[in-house]
Amino acid sequence: MKHTISVLVENEFGVLARVASLFSGRGYNISSLTVAETLDPKVSRMTIVTEGSDAVLEQIVKQLNKLVNVIKVHDVTAENPINRTLALVKVPLTTIAGGDVTAAIREMGGEVVDSDRKCCIAEFRGDESKISSVIERLKPFGILEFEQTGNIAMQKGTKVIS
Amino acid sequence: METVAQKMKGSDIIIKSLEKEGVDVIFGYPGGASMEIHQALTLSKKIRMVLPRHEQAGAFAACGYARATGKPGVCLATSGPGATNLITGIMDAKMDSVPLIAITGQVATTMMGGDAFQETDIVGATFPCVKHSYLVKDINMIPAVINEAFYIAQTGRPGPVLIDFPKDIQQQEAIPDFNRRIHRPGYNPDIAPPQKPILESAKMIAQAKRPIIYAGGGIISAEASEELRKFVRKTKIPITTTVMGLGCYPEDDPLSLRMLGMHGAVYANIAMNKADLVIALGVRFDDRVTGKLAEFCKGAKFIHVDVDAGELNKNIKVDVPIQANVKDVLREWNDIVKTGDFTEWQTQIDGWKKEFPHHYKKSSKVINPQFVIEQLGKLAPKDAIVSVGVGQHQMWTAQFYGFHTPRNWLCSSGLGAMGFGLPAAMGAQVAYPRRTVIDIDGDGSFLMNIQELQTLRQEKIPVKCVILNNKYLGMVAQWEDRFYKSVRGHTYIGDADFAEIADAFGIKSATVTKPSQVVPAIKKMLAHKGPFVLDVKYPYDDRSHGHVIPMIPSNRTYLDTILIGGTTLRDYWKKKGILKE
Repeated sequence: MKHTISVLVENEFGVLARVASLFSGRGYNISSLTVAETLDPKVSRMTIVTEGSDAVLEQIVKQLNKLVNVIKVHDVTAENPINRTLALVKVPLTTIAGGDVTAAIREMGGEVVDSDRKCCIAEFRGDESKISSVIERLKPFGILEFEQTGNIAMQKGTKVIS
Repeated sequence: METVAQKMKGSDIIIKSLEKEGVDVIFGYPGGASMEIHQALTLSKKIRMVLPRHEQAGAFAACGYARATGKPGVCLATSGPGATNLITGIMDAKMDSVPLIAITGQVATTMMGGDAFQETDIVGATFPCVKHSYLVKDINMIPAVINEAFYIAQTGRPGPVLIDFPKDIQQQEAIPDFNRRIHRPGYNPDIAPPQKPILESAKMIAQAKRPIIYAGGGIISAEASEELRKFVRKTKIPITTTVMGLGCYPEDDPLSLRMLGMHGAVYANIAMNKADLVIALGVRFDDRVTGKLAEFCKGAKFIHVDVDAGELNKNIKVDVPIQANVKDVLREWNDIVKTGDFTEWQTQIDGWKKEFPHHYKKSSKVINPQFVIEQLGKLAPKDAIVSVGVGQHQMWTAQFYGFHTPRNWLCSSGLGAMGFGLPAAMGAQVAYPRRTVIDIDGDGSFLMNIQELQTLRQEKIPVKCVILNNKYLGMVAQWEDRFYKSVRGHTYIGDADFAEIADAFGIKSATVTKPSQVVPAIKKMLAHKGPFVLDVKYPYDDRSHGHVIPMIPSNRTYLDTILIGGTTLRDYWKKKGILKE
């Protein structure tokens, strides 16, 4: 099962390498990894999407906690957080039996952020399943290029990770 | 008292900071990127600099120092190959939770990233081997980094910390602030013992009928041997130790079941697997202890105390995990724990002890290595420190020497690094110049850091080296005999006259080839004031009694134990009608 882990780390040289080394060295898998500064410039927040049994997940959380630069580790999966990925999709401006590509983009909640006579770039955001359905919907038009960020996640309600 | 603030060179700030941490010896090998630090060391009145003849030996010596004293050991090397040569020693410290400070020189910050001469990203190369590491790019951070490095190396679960100092940082000048500290929000090793699981575990101990203590290196790291002894005396629960735990409880005590695991005592492994409660203290359920995990201690409940949460439920799911300093938990148990009567259990165990003692087939023609070790255990002073390499001699020493006090046994247990024995003994001897320190080594292991004989001679370090010399890489040869039809896959290394080699280094030596020569030679060696090399020549024996026995083959159960004579415990018990299948 996929798990989403929020990690607060010191915003310091080499921290990302330490986390990456831990995952590769112990054979843990990384589906996606997002890292950026928080409101406190001394602290960065990582969102790691990983897969493994409960025992493996327990180890991932514990091993992350052992890194001296790691401030907090929280597996947010069970709390049904808001998950968001941003995707950019380049598609040709064509019409097929299924309809017009710009209509399909609108229908999927996307926004055209660039366009010329031949193709356009559409921006989508949503959770993993949303992004997969975007891909399915646009595939028939012939996707020229696809790029997505890693997932970020936030717990609902007043709970915060800080 | 701090003197008036004045500018100091980075290298001098490094040495001053190390002095403030109480460092009294550094094992260092100079080079282009670390010679500034060595220049500063020449001015230190508090720190002795011991020059090993290889950086790996410097790291092992620092490990030996740390294992024998409990204080962090410090090694120092230059950039590039100097730094990479430290890695084996750093990993040894990681695997066995040894407080080690590894200091490396680095090319100047202005050169870094350009593949300069002797440039290696040692911080990057050692991520999986360290507890923490630093690349110091600001001279003003030197005191705070060194202070924190020592704190991290010693607290919580101890481990190695590496500090990389670029050459220009060593050469710059600044007014040092020795009171500066780093704010580290994510590192808090001071954990209060959790009350709920302590009470719950005390209840389990009270209800147990066949409990056993499985104690390891955590007891020694936590300096909890006294509390453990008190606990055993109070509860009368039998105790077995891991190879890392040797010495945490006296092996000559009736409640001691000595070492367990692959080459552990048969009775210890039987008792573990017949127990209804396993009290695991400062251990990590290593595969050399558990064998096949699914079959390990099947009928038992587990209490597991460890300071590292990562060890709890890692290899085996336990009933009561307790993340705490094992010393705190033992103290609390000693106040509250009540137990039943274990007379019946102890009688059963005593039966196994009588039936399956550690023993070997004595020969009058050739020397038995086990006999040499047994005699060393009898003849050496009680407070002697013993180090080993890795292989058959290491396991025989664990089986036959007899360890009764903590920190007298230096063994690369988790990493299993050959070449550890001589430099580790050297480190311990520097820490305790007046005690007897013996390196019981194999010929293969000894050869891996044999250059340190020169260090012994030049630095007047009186280590006694006993080389159990059978011309083979015995442990691998033993596996070849057991599992590869005795096909020798490059396990014959040939003979060397180690006495003559010692002689060439100016070290006293002797060679023995007959059993009758052993005791007099040991006596002579122990009486000698300086370093000594005793070459014990004996033939490798490919039959069962030349092997380290008992042996539980990898990933098998205690019933698969190969006993003296070659039969398995399973077959032996079937024949006796104890086991029906």
